[in-house]
Amino acid sequence: MSRLIVMLLAAIGLFCAVPSLAQEEQSTAPYAYRQLDDPAKEQQAQDLMETLRCLQCQGQSIADSDAPIAGSMRSLVRERIASGERPEEIRAWLIERYGDYVSYAPQLTSLTWPLFAVPLALVLLAFLLLRRRFRRGGDR
Amino acid sequence: MSEETPTTTRKGGGWAIWLPLALFAAFVALVLIGLLRPADRNVESTLIGKPVPEFQLPPALPARPGLDSRDLANGKPHLVNIFASWCLPCRVEAPQLAALAEAGVPIEGISVRDTTEALQRFLDEHGDPFQRIGADDDGKVQLSLGSSGVPETYVIDGKGVIRYQHIGEIRPEHVPLILDKLREASR
Repeated sequence: MSRLIVMLLAAIGLFCAVPSLAQEEQSTAPYAYRQLDDPAKEQQAQDLMETLRCLQCQGQSIADSDAPIAGSMRSLVRERIASGERPEEIRAWLIERYGDYVSYAPQLTSLTWPLFAVPLALVLLAFLLLRRRFRRGGDR
Repeated sequence: MSEETPTTTRKGGGWAIWLPLALFAAFVALVLIGLLRPADRNVESTLIGKPVPEFQLPPALPARPGLDSRDLANGKPHLVNIFASWCLPCRVEAPQLAALAEAGVPIEGISVRDTTEALQRFLDEHGDPFQRIGADDDGKVQLSLGSSGVPETYVIDGKGVIRYQHIGEIRPEHVPLILDKLREASR
C-alpha cells in the first residue's frame, strides 16, 4: 500500500516537473527574439551579437544560439544599442565581467600583443634575409 | 661577412638539420597536451575582488523582499545564490544550502528567468533557505555579475566585495570550502 502511494507521488512529481522544466525554453527578456525598430541600429546590434560568445553553448555566437542566456545577452545588446551606447562599449562591459573569452573579436592587450607582433616581425625578418640573399646574388 | 656565412652553415649543419623535426615534435606535443587535458569549460567571473555591481531586483515572491545590492554591504558576509526552478542541479544543492542557512549563513537568492508559481512550487518541494529573493526575469543582473549559468553562488563580504564564485551546484563535499571562504570574507 505504502509502495503504491510512493509510486503515485513519484508520478505526480514527474507530472509537475514537466511544465517547470519547459520554462527554460522561454526567454523573458524583451528583445531576445525581437528586432529593434530602427534597421540601422538593428544592424549594429546584429554585427556585435555575431562576435559575442554564448556562455552556455560555447562555440556559438549569441546571434546563433537558442540558449536562454544568449537571449538575455541579445536583449542586453539591443537595449543598450537602442539607448545610444556604442557596440565596443558593450563589448568592453561584457569583457570586464567574463574576460576576453566572451568576445570572438581578438582584443589587443598587454597579453595578446605578441599574436599581432610576431607575424609582422617574421615578415620583416624574411624581407631582410631575402634582401641580403638577392643583393649577394647580384654581386656575383 | 660573406666569407663567414658558408663556414657557419657548414659548422651548424650537423645539428641544424634536426631543428625542423624538433620544432615539429614540439608542436605535436603541444597539440597532444591540448587534446588530452580535459578542458575547463567554466567561464569564471572576472569580478572577483571587485565590488558587486549595483542592482535593484523586485521581489520574486509577494511575501519576501527583493534584493538590492546595498543589502549585501551590511557588514556581514553573504552568500548570493543564483538559481531557478527549471534548473535541475539547483535541486541537488538544495540540502547543502539548507544546511548552510541552518548554520546561520545569510543566503540571498537571485531567481533567473522564472515565474512566481514555478518558484513557489520549487521552494515548497526543495526547501527555502533564502532571506530575500530578487526576480531577475530578463537575466540582466546575472550578466552584470559575470555569471554564466545556474546554479552559481557568490561569497560577498561585509563591504559588498565579491570574494568567491562557486560555479555549479554545491555538493556536500563543497560545504567546508564555502564555509572557509565565508570565514575569510568575514576577516
